Order: sequence, then structure tokens, then C-alpha cells
Amino acid sequence: MSVIIILLGASLLVAIFFLAAFIWSVRNGQFEDDFSPAHRMLFETKPVETGCKSGNACTNKNCKSTICKNH
Amino acid sequence: MATISVAPDTKLQCAHCGEDCPDMKISLGDKNFCCEGCKLVYEILNENGLCDYYTLNNNPGQAQRIPVRKDKFAFLDDKKIQQQLIQFQDDTQTHITFYIPHIHCSSCLWLLENLHRLDSGIQRVTVNFAKKEALIIFRQRETSLRHIAETLTSIGYEPYISLQDLRQQKPRVQRGLIYRLGVAGFCFANIMLLSFPEYFSHYGYADVKMNHIFRWLNLTLSLPVFFYSAQVFYRSAWGGLKSGFLNIDLPIVLAIIVTFIRSLTDVFTDSGAGYFDSMTGIVFFMLVGRILQDKTYQGLSFDRDYTAYFPIAITVLKDGQQVPTALPDIKTNDTLLIHNQELIPADGILVKGNAIIDYSFVTGEAVPVQKNAGEIVYAGGKQLEGNIEILTIKEVAQSYLTSLWNREELKTPREKAPSFIHLLSRYFTWVVLAIAIITATYWWAHDPSRIWPAVTAVLIVACPCALLLAASFTNGHILRILSRHHLYLRNADAIERLADIDHIVFDKTGTLTGKATSSISYQGMPLTKEKLWAIGSLAAQSTHPLSKMIASFCGKDENLPIRNFRSVAANGISGWVQYNFIQLGNAAFTGTSHKVHTEGSTVYVTIDGQQTGCFIIRHHYREGISALLQHLRKKYVLSLLSGDNDAEAAYLQEMMGPSASLHFAQQPADKLGYILSLQKQGRRVLMIGDGLNDAGALKQSDVGISLTENSNNFTPASDGILEADQMIQLPRFIRICRNNKRIIVITFIISLLYNIIGLFFATQGILSPLTAAILMPASSISIVLLTYGLSEWMDRA
Repeated sequence: MSVIIILLGASLLVAIFFLAAFIWSVRNGQFEDDFSPAHRMLFETKPVETGCKSGNACTNKNCKSTICKNH
Repeated sequence: MATISVAPDTKLQCAHCGEDCPDMKISLGDKNFCCEGCKLVYEILNENGLCDYYTLNNNPGQAQRIPVRKDKFAFLDDKKIQQQLIQFQDDTQTHITFYIPHIHCSSCLWLLENLHRLDSGIQRVTVNFAKKEALIIFRQRETSLRHIAETLTSIGYEPYISLQDLRQQKPRVQRGLIYRLGVAGFCFANIMLLSFPEYFSHYGYADVKMNHIFRWLNLTLSLPVFFYSAQVFYRSAWGGLKSGFLNIDLPIVLAIIVTFIRSLTDVFTDSGAGYFDSMTGIVFFMLVGRILQDKTYQGLSFDRDYTAYFPIAITVLKDGQQVPTALPDIKTNDTLLIHNQELIPADGILVKGNAIIDYSFVTGEAVPVQKNAGEIVYAGGKQLEGNIEILTIKEVAQSYLTSLWNREELKTPREKAPSFIHLLSRYFTWVVLAIAIITATYWWAHDPSRIWPAVTAVLIVACPCALLLAASFTNGHILRILSRHHLYLRNADAIERLADIDHIVFDKTGTLTGKATSSISYQGMPLTKEKLWAIGSLAAQSTHPLSKMIASFCGKDENLPIRNFRSVAANGISGWVQYNFIQLGNAAFTGTSHKVHTEGSTVYVTIDGQQTGCFIIRHHYREGISALLQHLRKKYVLSLLSGDNDAEAAYLQEMMGPSASLHFAQQPADKLGYILSLQKQGRRVLMIGDGLNDAGALKQSDVGISLTENSNNFTPASDGILEADQMIQLPRFIRICRNNKRIIVITFIISLLYNIIGLFFATQGILSPLTAAILMPASSISIVLLTYGLSEWMDRA
């Protein structure tokens, strides 16, 4: 039966590990904002498009900016 | 009636904010905008490759019709003010948290967290969506606080920085209850698991030595629950005892202690396994209920006073220099420069400029007032046109408006009637004690050895935790249901008080009437378009608010020559427009003989000495208000407290019924006094208001609900925050709150059935841990499910 005692100890250790994980996550503020993390992970990180700042006077043929009315 | 409309044939939506565009004049490519401000934001985002903002959500922006003054954030360059706002600073970086009310969707989140693309000095932005806050980490060498605030403003996310940010530290999030719940859950689950061999020991699975170990393990695991998790209840019970009030937590604490001692003796004397599982379980469930009930709305604040409404700094003129100064540092005899659309922070004398001050939020006067140099202007008003200079005569903290917060009535927290749950629990406790005594005497006569197990079992079983569970879970559900309908109550007590009210007091401006919308109509002889333009052109000469409304109603012809323009204060204006002499003003000024009696302000018109008609300007009442008031007046006594004049008294009386008492020209202190006098008559008052002038009354009344046009706005301290367009649902809200009590009673009766079953075993002294272990979670879970089902059903019905 002594194997049960070992198992008992092991199961309690696992449970304590989860309790510690829970306390850590609360302390870390993970339960305070349930919106941002869920949405943040869905954002794609696109390479920054070369911004167009020249407006109407833009001469860049590849510019997609709607400000540049030349195109 | 003459009506002029410029409504476009097809409705155009602004690409930035989604509001209707007046015309197609403002556009970029195929995108249309409602105003230059929206277009500007779009341009900035477009130039910086941030147009994903518009693809994540449709029209995520906010209308930018009112431009923000250029150096509004100049005060952020001031080192002293900076120090009080900044959270952390070292040699290279600075951390600051801004409250940004406009945060509302994933586009906001995305844009703000990509702020570094607009300002390379910004290292990282982390948005806390629930609190509508953004933590910004930046390198102070490369950018400045002011620049960041201005960048945020330029893309439509103006940070809200108020005097409150200076005064007090933000309250820390209360996490204690969550830790306690975690510990209780851990111990409860493990004790349950370790108790299984015990439950089945009667069926031949017992191993005496192992059982012994399990019992001792259970005892150890129950210690953190008893000494740590359950502390919440000890404190509350002790607090009640100290103030001489027996609340529901007292019998619960007694039951917890009795269960613990009984279990300890069982283990020490080796006579049983004890009830550790039941004890930890009940603590766990009660903690869940408490957390659910105390759930707070992080984005809302129920304790705002004037400091949240006032700006953090204002421009002071010193030797011709403009110096941004923090509000608490303003002394008397300072000259303040108040910019257009800025708030007057302290009482003062107008020195220079044309003051048109909107006091609607502070006093309830609907029409802005015009002040001339030398007149006193009071703190809290908002300057509407151009810049003015005032000489302060009182410091900020001593101003007329702020002194309201120093009243004795508002400082001392009021004794509020205890919840019926506590009273119910008292009866319950007496009955239980009686049963315990009867059981004790019975066993004393028959078998004294069974007194101890029987009596302790009675006390364990009969703990009113079912009642507390029923109450806290129902309250939690009801709060959630109400918040779904955009009524956010401060706490569970407010539900019960809202259910019991018998007198409703309304504020007028901003509550019954909408914030900005007024309707204007013309009565009298028909006017040609040329005549209307002539009137409009004349009215455009005056800065009086009514003139401005008439001017925008009539339209104007810029080419019309205006001669001999004359303006008589508080009477009217006159002048020659082309070949017509036009007078606009009150009856005496225009010489009108037959007065028109209407609700609202009236401006009479004469053209070449001939009376042509009048303009009627009426503040627009919210939709459905009339029906709401007519419905409410059947059940409740209604009152109206308005800071405005009594021009609309007759109309209001008609809506609110003959029995309603209407009070006009009420100062904030009068409003508070009226609530106090009602309460002295034993009335339970619900006050609904929106402005700072209602703050005292809102706080004093049994339930104070402040209205908000959107939940970002400033709301004075109150028990609840209600979105304005939901006000017509008020009768429903009150009904839901009434049902709250019914649900608690119903679930309590059902839980009594469980108690009776338990008592049946307990009085005989044969309550086995297994029965207890089944009864306890079964009753708790069924109560939770029942309250959930009932409250959802009541919401539908």
C-alpha cells in the first residue's frame, strides 16, 4: 500500500503546482483584462508600407496612398 | 411652419466615425467624411500605413467635429505636473498610464499598440481594455509627454487627464478574494478526493491505516481554508458585532467554527473522519458567490467628485506670459486665461473677453449665459466662444461649486437599512438554535452520549449558507442582467433599495431633455426664403445663444448688407437688412401685443414694424419620456428639480401629472435639501440626474442614478450609472430588482428542503460524512443553477 502514499504525495505536489500557477497568474494581472489578449493575438504583423507623405505632389508610381490623387 | 432642410438624397456615412455626412464636400478618393477632423485623422493613419484600423472594424472612429485646441496639453511640459502623472522614470525610459475614454473595440487596441509607428520615441503601448487605459513606455530623450498626448489626440484618442489624477493614487485592484478562492478551491477539491475511501468505507474498501493518513491529510488541508480563506466572513461578522448588528455572516461563522471543532475532535478521538469536505466546500461556494456579487465594472467609477470633471491645469497669465499651472496652485488674484471650450476652474471676475458660459452641467440652466466684463463667473461653467480672462476671487477648493462637497450630510456615510437577508437569517438562527436545544434535551433523556454528535450536526447542517448563497448568486445575476441593459449598479445593496423606492425625483436638463438637441420652429405669417435669410443674417450678428440658433435655422445670405445693428442686452436685437427693418427679441422689445404661450423660449419677429410671428425654441425631450412619466406616475410620486427657469412648467406638469411637484431654479444645495426633506417624511427616494448640480442629491437619495450619454463621460458619484437612451426602461429595471427578492426567497425555501433532509439525519445523530458530502455540493450547485435560471427567466418575462 505504500505506493499509494507516494502517489498521494505526487498528486498533491501537482495540485500545489497548479495552485502556485494560479496565484502567479492572478498576481500577473492575467484576469484583469479578458479582451485585449484575445484580440491581440489575432493581429497580423505586416511589414510597414512605405508611407507616402507627399500628397498631391507624389511622384512614386507604386504609391497606393489615396491621398496621392495623381494615381 | 417653415422648414428648411439640407438633407442629402442618399445618406452618406463618414468613413471614420460612421455618422451621417451632411454633404459630399469633404472627401478623399471614394471616402466621404462628416467633418474636417475625421478626414485629418484618416490622412494621418493613411500616410503612416495604419489603415488596417478601418479594416478591423467598420467606422471605429469618433466624430472629430470639435477641434482640440492646439496647445491644450502645454501643461504636460511642466516638470511638476509631469512628476505627479508619471508612474516610473529612469535614465532612458518613462512609464505613463493614460485614461482614454474612446477605447471601445479591437481597432482601438490595434492602433494604440502600433503607436510607435507614429512616434518613434514610443517603445511600447499596452492597452488595458477593461479599464480603458493605455500604459505607454517611451524614451524621454526622443519624445515628450506632451507630444504623445498630442499624437493621441490627433488620431482621435484624446487622453482624459483630470484633477483627480493629481490628487489621489489609483485604488489597487482587490485581489485578496481571488487568492482566497483559489486556496479554498484547491483544498476543497483535494479533500473531496481524499475523502472517497472514507465515503465507501462501509462497503468494505477500508484500510484502517490508510484512512488514518487520509484523515490527517484532510485536517492539514482544511487549515488554510479555516484560517485564511474564511477570514472574509470572520471580519464581516466581527464588524457587524462591533456595531451591534447581527448579520448573516455571524451564524455562518458559528457553523464554520462548530464544524471545524467537531471535525478536529472526530479525528483526534479517532471516532470519525469529520466534515472537512463540507466545511471547505461551503467556504468555496460562498466565496464564489461573493466574488460574483462584488464584481465591479472596471471602466466605470461610482465615486467621482468634481475633481474628475475639472482639468488638471490651466493657463495663468503672469507678466504677460502664459504659464500652465496645476489647479491646486492657483491663488486668489491670479489672472486665468480660459480658452474656448475650456472649463472655468475657480470663481472669478471676468476681466476681458466675451463670455458665453454653458452652466448646464453645473446648474442645470439649459441656455448658456452671457457675461460682461466685471461680472462674477462661477467655477464649473464652460466657455463657449473665444478666449476670456478672469481674475480669481476664490481658490479652487473654496469655490461655490466645490464647497458643495464639504457639506456635513455628504461627508458622513449614511446608515442604510440592512438587507432583508440579515433579518431573515436572524429568524433562521433562532429556529436552528431551538431545534438544537430540543435535540439536546431529547438525547439527554434517552442517550446522553449522542448529545454532542447530534447537536453539532444540527448546527452544521442548519448553517444559513444556503440563504447567503441564494442571495449572493441572485444579486450577482441580477447585476449582470441589468448591466446587459446598460444599467450599472454600484453594488448588490442598490438592487434592494431600488426595489423599495416610492418617490422618483428627476432632474430636467440633460435628464429629461437630451444634452444638446433643441428643436426650433417658426409660428406666424409665412416667410419667403429671402425674408428668412434676412432674419438669419441679422441674427448671425449676435453671439447670443438664441440668435445663433435662429441664424442656423434660417440660413443666411452673406451678401446682404446690414446697417444700424443694435443689440439690447436681455431684450433683443434690431437692424436694417437691405430694405427691411427687422427686430428680434422678447415681447416688450418687439412691441408684440399678443403673447404666445408655449413651453420653451420664444423670440418674436417684426419686419418693418409689422408683427410677423415668433420662433419657439424648445429643448428636446428624450424619446419616450412622456410615456415613461405617465407610466411611472401611476405607481410613484414624481418630483422634478430643475436648475432651469420655469418656462416649460406647464408642459412638464402635463407629462408628470397633477400630483407631481415641480421645482425650478434650484441650486445644488436646494436639491440636496429637498431630498433630505423627503427622507424626513419617510420617503424612499430615487433620484435621476446627470450634472454636477445633482451630485449632492444623488449621493443623499436612497438610490441615485446618474445618466450618461455614453459610459465614458463624467458622471457624478452615484449608486448607479445608466445609459441615457435606456432610461425609458426604468419601470422594467425596478421590476427586475423587485423580482430579485422573490428569487432569493424561492431559492431559500428550496434550500430549506435540503436542510430539513439534513436535519432529519442530524437530529438522530446519524449524519454520516457521506450524506453531508452529497447534500452540501448538491444543494449549493442546485441553488446556483436555480438562481441563474430564474433570473434569466424573469428577465425574459
